[in-house]
Amino acid sequence: MLLIRCPYCEEDRSELEFRSVGEAHIVRPDNIAEISDEAFAEYFFLRDNPKGLIYERWRHIHGCGRFFNAVRHTVSDKFVMTYKAGEPKPDLPAATPVAQPLAQEGAAK
Amino acid sequence: MADPVIAQRRPVLAGAHPSLYGGSAVAHVTPAKAATRLSLRAKPDAVAALSAALGVDLPTRPKRSASSKGRHALWLGPDEWLVIDEAETDLMAALAGVGVLHSATDISHRNTAVLVSGPGAAAAINSACPLDLTDGVFPVGAAARTVLGKIEMVLYRTAAEDYRVECWRSFAPYAFGILVEGAEDAAL
Repeated sequence: MLLIRCPYCEEDRSELEFRSVGEAHIVRPDNIAEISDEAFAEYFFLRDNPKGLIYERWRHIHGCGRFFNAVRHTVSDKFVMTYKAGEPKPDLPAATPVAQPLAQEGAAK
Repeated sequence: MADPVIAQRRPVLAGAHPSLYGGSAVAHVTPAKAATRLSLRAKPDAVAALSAALGVDLPTRPKRSASSKGRHALWLGPDEWLVIDEAETDLMAALAGVGVLHSATDISHRNTAVLVSGPGAAAAINSACPLDLTDGVFPVGAAARTVLGKIEMVLYRTAAEDYRVECWRSFAPYAFGILVEGAEDAAL
Protein backbone atom coordinates (compact mmCIF):
# COMPACT_ATOMS: atom_id res chain seq x y z
CA MET A 1 0.00 0.00 0.00
CA LEU A 2 1.29 3.44 -0.93
CA LEU A 3 1.53 6.13 1.70
CA ILE A 4 0.80 9.62 0.37
CA ARG A 5 1.63 12.76 2.30
CA CYS A 6 -1.30 15.17 2.47
CA PRO A 7 0.07 18.73 2.76
CA TYR A 8 -3.06 19.84 4.63
CA CYS A 9 -3.20 16.94 7.13
CA GLU A 10 0.62 17.11 7.34
CA GLU A 11 0.78 13.36 7.53
CA ASP A 12 1.38 10.22 5.46
CA ARG A 13 -1.96 8.55 4.83
CA SER A 14 -3.02 5.41 3.02
CA GLU A 15 -3.61 5.60 -0.74
CA LEU A 16 -7.17 4.36 -0.06
CA GLU A 17 -8.09 7.86 1.11
CA PHE A 18 -7.00 9.56 -2.13
CA ARG A 19 -8.19 10.04 -5.69
CA SER A 20 -6.06 11.07 -8.62
CA VAL A 21 -7.59 13.91 -10.61
CA GLY A 22 -5.28 14.36 -13.57
CA GLU A 23 -2.38 16.51 -14.58
CA ALA A 24 -1.58 19.65 -12.61
CA HIS A 25 -0.63 23.15 -13.71
CA ILE A 26 -2.93 23.22 -16.74
CA VAL A 27 -3.63 26.92 -17.27
CA ARG A 28 -6.88 27.94 -18.95
CA PRO A 29 -6.17 30.47 -21.73
CA ASP A 30 -7.53 33.95 -21.00
CA ASN A 31 -8.69 34.44 -24.59
CA ILE A 32 -10.38 31.05 -24.94
CA ALA A 33 -12.98 32.28 -27.44
CA GLU A 34 -10.31 33.50 -29.84
CA ILE A 35 -7.81 30.66 -29.91
CA SER A 36 -7.71 28.16 -32.77
CA ASP A 37 -9.25 24.71 -32.56
CA GLU A 38 -5.78 23.21 -32.45
CA ALA A 39 -4.76 25.43 -29.56
CA PHE A 40 -7.99 24.60 -27.73
CA ALA A 41 -7.48 20.87 -28.25
CA GLU A 42 -3.96 21.25 -26.95
CA TYR A 43 -5.26 22.90 -23.79
CA PHE A 44 -8.40 20.81 -23.32
CA PHE A 45 -7.59 17.27 -24.44
CA LEU A 46 -3.88 16.71 -24.76
CA ARG A 47 -1.90 15.67 -21.71
CA ASP A 48 1.70 14.69 -21.16
CA ASN A 49 2.36 11.02 -20.64
CA PRO A 50 5.97 11.05 -19.55
CA LYS A 51 8.07 8.15 -18.45
CA GLY A 52 9.51 9.76 -15.35
CA LEU A 53 8.35 12.60 -13.14
CA ILE A 54 4.80 13.87 -13.58
CA TYR A 55 3.01 16.74 -11.82
CA GLU A 56 -0.49 15.66 -10.84
CA ARG A 57 -3.52 16.89 -8.92
CA TRP A 58 -4.72 14.61 -6.16
CA ARG A 59 -7.61 14.86 -3.77
CA HIS A 60 -7.68 13.63 -0.17
CA ILE A 61 -11.31 12.74 -0.69
CA HIS A 62 -11.76 10.44 2.33
CA GLY A 63 -9.72 12.71 4.59
CA CYS A 64 -9.68 16.48 4.65
CA GLY A 65 -11.30 16.67 1.20
CA ARG A 66 -8.67 19.06 -0.14
CA PHE A 67 -7.11 19.10 -3.64
CA PHE A 68 -3.33 19.28 -3.71
CA ASN A 69 -0.49 18.68 -6.15
CA ALA A 70 1.97 15.83 -6.19
CA VAL A 71 5.13 14.93 -8.05
CA ARG A 72 5.10 11.24 -8.89
CA HIS A 73 7.42 8.99 -10.80
CA THR A 74 5.42 7.07 -13.39
CA VAL A 75 7.74 4.07 -13.45
CA SER A 76 8.31 3.43 -9.76
CA ASP A 77 5.02 5.03 -8.60
CA LYS A 78 7.08 6.83 -5.97
CA PHE A 79 5.69 10.14 -4.70
CA VAL A 80 8.67 12.50 -4.76
CA MET A 81 6.82 15.33 -3.00
CA THR A 82 3.39 16.86 -2.45
CA TYR A 83 2.47 20.52 -2.04
CA LYS A 84 -0.63 22.63 -1.55
CA ALA A 85 -2.80 23.70 -4.45
CA GLY A 86 -1.89 27.15 -5.72
CA GLU A 87 1.77 26.85 -4.81
CA PRO A 88 4.24 27.24 -7.70
CA LYS A 89 5.49 24.22 -9.58
CA PRO A 90 8.62 23.03 -7.76
CA ASP A 91 11.80 22.94 -9.76
CA LEU A 92 13.03 19.39 -9.68
CA PRO A 93 16.03 18.03 -11.58
CA ALA A 94 14.73 15.96 -14.49
CA ALA A 95 16.67 12.91 -13.40
CA THR A 96 15.54 12.66 -9.79
CA PRO A 97 15.20 9.07 -8.49
CA VAL A 98 14.74 6.89 -11.52
CA ALA A 99 15.19 3.13 -11.98
CA GLN A 100 15.00 0.25 -9.56
CA PRO A 101 11.31 0.56 -8.78
CA LEU A 102 11.39 -2.69 -6.82
CA ALA A 103 14.21 -1.55 -4.57
CA GLN A 104 12.39 1.72 -3.87
CA GLU A 105 9.18 -0.08 -3.03
CA GLY A 106 11.02 -2.23 -0.53
CA ALA A 107 12.66 0.81 1.01
CA ALA A 108 9.29 2.53 1.41
CA LYS A 109 8.08 -0.24 3.69
CA MET B 1 -62.02 7.90 10.64
CA ALA B 2 -58.66 6.18 10.36
CA ASP B 3 -56.11 6.95 13.01
CA PRO B 4 -53.27 9.12 11.69
CA VAL B 5 -50.03 7.23 11.26
CA ILE B 6 -47.07 9.00 12.77
CA ALA B 7 -43.62 7.79 11.76
CA GLN B 8 -41.55 6.64 14.70
CA ARG B 9 -37.86 7.45 14.52
CA ARG B 10 -35.89 4.38 15.42
CA PRO B 11 -32.11 4.10 15.99
CA VAL B 12 -30.68 2.28 13.00
CA LEU B 13 -28.83 -0.27 15.10
CA ALA B 14 -31.80 -0.98 17.37
CA GLY B 15 -32.46 -4.14 15.37
CA ALA B 16 -28.94 -5.50 15.74
CA HIS B 17 -29.02 -8.89 17.38
CA PRO B 18 -28.22 -8.56 21.10
CA SER B 19 -25.80 -11.46 20.89
CA LEU B 20 -23.67 -9.30 18.62
CA TYR B 21 -23.39 -6.58 21.25
CA GLY B 22 -20.14 -6.74 23.11
CA GLY B 23 -17.83 -7.85 20.31
CA SER B 24 -15.25 -9.79 22.27
CA ALA B 25 -13.46 -9.86 25.61
CA VAL B 26 -10.81 -7.36 24.47
CA ALA B 27 -12.96 -5.01 22.38
CA HIS B 28 -16.55 -4.10 23.16
CA VAL B 29 -18.67 -2.84 20.29
CA THR B 30 -21.86 -0.97 21.15
CA PRO B 31 -24.15 1.44 19.30
CA ALA B 32 -23.77 5.00 20.59
CA LYS B 33 -26.69 6.91 22.02
CA ALA B 34 -28.47 9.47 19.88
CA ALA B 35 -26.70 12.81 19.52
CA THR B 36 -27.08 16.00 17.56
CA ARG B 37 -24.47 16.71 14.93
CA LEU B 38 -23.46 19.61 12.78
CA SER B 39 -21.42 19.79 9.61
CA LEU B 40 -19.74 23.16 9.95
CA ARG B 41 -17.70 25.02 7.35
CA ALA B 42 -16.14 28.43 7.77
CA LYS B 43 -13.12 30.54 6.87
CA PRO B 44 -10.46 31.19 9.53
CA ASP B 45 -11.78 34.68 10.34
CA ALA B 46 -15.11 33.21 11.51
CA VAL B 47 -13.63 30.59 13.83
CA ALA B 48 -13.51 32.77 16.95
CA ALA B 49 -17.16 33.85 16.73
CA LEU B 50 -18.34 30.30 16.00
CA SER B 51 -16.28 28.91 18.87
CA ALA B 52 -17.85 31.42 21.25
CA ALA B 53 -21.35 30.54 20.07
CA LEU B 54 -20.77 26.80 20.42
CA GLY B 55 -18.93 27.03 23.71
CA VAL B 56 -16.10 24.88 22.37
CA ASP B 57 -12.90 26.08 20.69
CA LEU B 58 -12.88 24.87 17.09
CA PRO B 59 -9.47 23.25 16.53
CA THR B 60 -7.40 24.67 13.69
CA ARG B 61 -4.67 22.03 13.54
CA PRO B 62 -5.02 18.69 11.68
CA LYS B 63 -6.48 15.71 13.56
CA ARG B 64 -7.28 17.78 16.66
CA SER B 65 -10.52 17.98 18.56
CA ALA B 66 -11.95 20.01 21.42
CA SER B 67 -14.53 19.00 23.99
CA SER B 68 -16.63 20.77 26.53
CA LYS B 69 -19.52 19.30 28.54
CA GLY B 70 -20.40 16.52 26.12
CA ARG B 71 -19.98 18.71 23.08
CA HIS B 72 -17.14 17.81 20.71
CA ALA B 73 -15.68 19.69 17.75
CA LEU B 74 -13.61 17.53 15.40
CA TRP B 75 -11.22 18.92 12.77
CA LEU B 76 -12.04 17.33 9.41
CA GLY B 77 -10.35 19.77 7.03
CA PRO B 78 -8.81 23.25 6.97
CA ASP B 79 -12.30 24.81 6.90
CA GLU B 80 -14.49 21.94 8.01
CA TRP B 81 -15.58 20.55 11.38
CA LEU B 82 -17.92 17.91 12.72
CA VAL B 83 -19.65 19.06 15.89
CA ILE B 84 -21.27 16.39 18.07
CA ASP B 85 -23.46 17.12 21.08
CA GLU B 86 -24.19 14.08 23.22
CA ALA B 87 -26.76 16.01 25.26
CA GLU B 88 -28.85 16.42 22.09
CA THR B 89 -29.14 20.18 22.36
CA ASP B 90 -30.10 22.00 19.19
CA LEU B 91 -26.80 23.03 17.60
CA MET B 92 -28.47 24.95 14.78
CA ALA B 93 -30.16 27.14 17.37
CA ALA B 94 -26.81 27.76 19.06
CA LEU B 95 -25.47 29.20 15.80
CA ALA B 96 -28.65 31.03 14.79
CA GLY B 97 -27.51 34.41 16.05
CA VAL B 98 -23.94 34.28 14.82
CA GLY B 99 -23.30 37.15 12.45
CA VAL B 100 -20.22 35.75 10.68
CA LEU B 101 -20.25 33.97 7.34
CA HIS B 102 -20.40 30.20 7.75
CA SER B 103 -22.23 27.12 6.56
CA ALA B 104 -23.89 24.85 9.11
CA THR B 105 -25.96 21.79 8.27
CA ASP B 106 -27.78 19.63 10.79
CA ILE B 107 -26.65 16.04 10.16
CA SER B 108 -27.91 14.54 13.43
CA HIS B 109 -29.80 11.84 11.58
CA ARG B 110 -27.41 11.40 8.67
CA ASN B 111 -24.70 10.05 10.96
CA THR B 112 -24.77 7.39 13.58
CA ALA B 113 -21.98 6.19 15.82
CA VAL B 114 -20.52 2.93 17.08
CA LEU B 115 -18.40 2.89 20.23
CA VAL B 116 -15.42 0.57 20.38
CA SER B 117 -13.65 0.18 23.70
CA GLY B 118 -11.22 -2.11 25.45
CA PRO B 119 -7.54 -3.03 25.18
CA GLY B 120 -8.12 -4.51 21.72
CA ALA B 121 -10.15 -1.56 20.39
CA ALA B 122 -7.39 -0.22 18.16
CA ALA B 123 -6.73 -3.69 16.75
CA ALA B 124 -10.44 -4.15 16.04
CA ILE B 125 -10.60 -0.86 14.13
CA ASN B 126 -7.31 -1.52 12.35
CA SER B 127 -8.77 -4.75 10.99
CA ALA B 128 -10.52 -2.57 8.41
CA CYS B 129 -8.79 0.81 8.67
CA PRO B 130 -5.21 1.63 7.63
CA LEU B 131 -4.84 4.64 9.95
CA ASP B 132 -1.92 4.54 12.39
CA LEU B 133 -3.56 4.39 15.84
CA THR B 134 -0.42 4.24 17.98
CA ASP B 135 -0.32 6.63 20.94
CA GLY B 136 2.28 8.97 19.47
CA VAL B 137 0.44 9.44 16.16
CA PHE B 138 -3.20 9.20 17.23
CA PRO B 139 -3.34 10.27 20.90
CA VAL B 140 -6.44 10.67 23.03
CA GLY B 141 -8.48 13.50 21.53
CA ALA B 142 -7.29 12.87 17.98
CA ALA B 143 -9.91 12.71 15.24
CA ALA B 144 -9.75 12.04 11.52
CA ARG B 145 -11.97 11.27 8.59
CA THR B 146 -10.74 8.07 6.98
CA VAL B 147 -11.95 4.74 5.62
CA LEU B 148 -13.35 1.65 7.34
CA GLY B 149 -13.50 -1.25 4.92
CA LYS B 150 -15.61 -0.04 2.02
CA ILE B 151 -17.08 3.02 3.75
CA GLU B 152 -15.97 6.40 4.97
CA MET B 153 -15.97 7.16 8.68
CA VAL B 154 -14.85 9.75 11.18
CA LEU B 155 -12.77 8.21 13.91
CA TYR B 156 -12.47 9.95 17.26
CA ARG B 157 -10.36 8.71 20.15
CA THR B 158 -12.26 9.68 23.30
CA ALA B 159 -10.02 7.89 25.84
CA ALA B 160 -6.98 5.64 25.89
CA GLU B 161 -9.05 2.58 25.01
CA ASP B 162 -12.22 4.20 23.70
CA TYR B 163 -12.99 5.11 20.12
CA ARG B 164 -16.05 6.61 18.51
CA VAL B 165 -16.74 5.56 14.92
CA GLU B 166 -19.05 8.00 13.15
CA CYS B 167 -20.52 6.74 9.90
CA TRP B 168 -23.49 7.38 7.70
CA ARG B 169 -26.73 5.93 8.95
CA SER B 170 -27.30 3.62 5.99
CA PHE B 171 -23.78 2.18 6.41
CA ALA B 172 -24.22 1.52 10.13
CA PRO B 173 -25.04 -2.23 9.90
CA TYR B 174 -21.93 -2.72 7.73
CA ALA B 175 -19.74 -0.69 10.11
CA PHE B 176 -21.13 -2.50 13.14
CA GLY B 177 -20.64 -5.92 11.56
CA ILE B 178 -17.09 -5.29 10.43
CA LEU B 179 -16.15 -3.89 13.87
CA VAL B 180 -17.63 -6.94 15.62
CA GLU B 181 -15.62 -9.20 13.32
CA GLY B 182 -12.53 -7.11 14.00
CA ALA B 183 -13.18 -7.36 17.74
CA GLU B 184 -13.37 -11.14 17.47
CA ASP B 185 -10.13 -11.24 15.51
CA ALA B 186 -8.46 -8.95 18.05
CA ALA B 187 -9.22 -11.53 20.76
CA LEU B 188 -7.48 -14.39 18.95
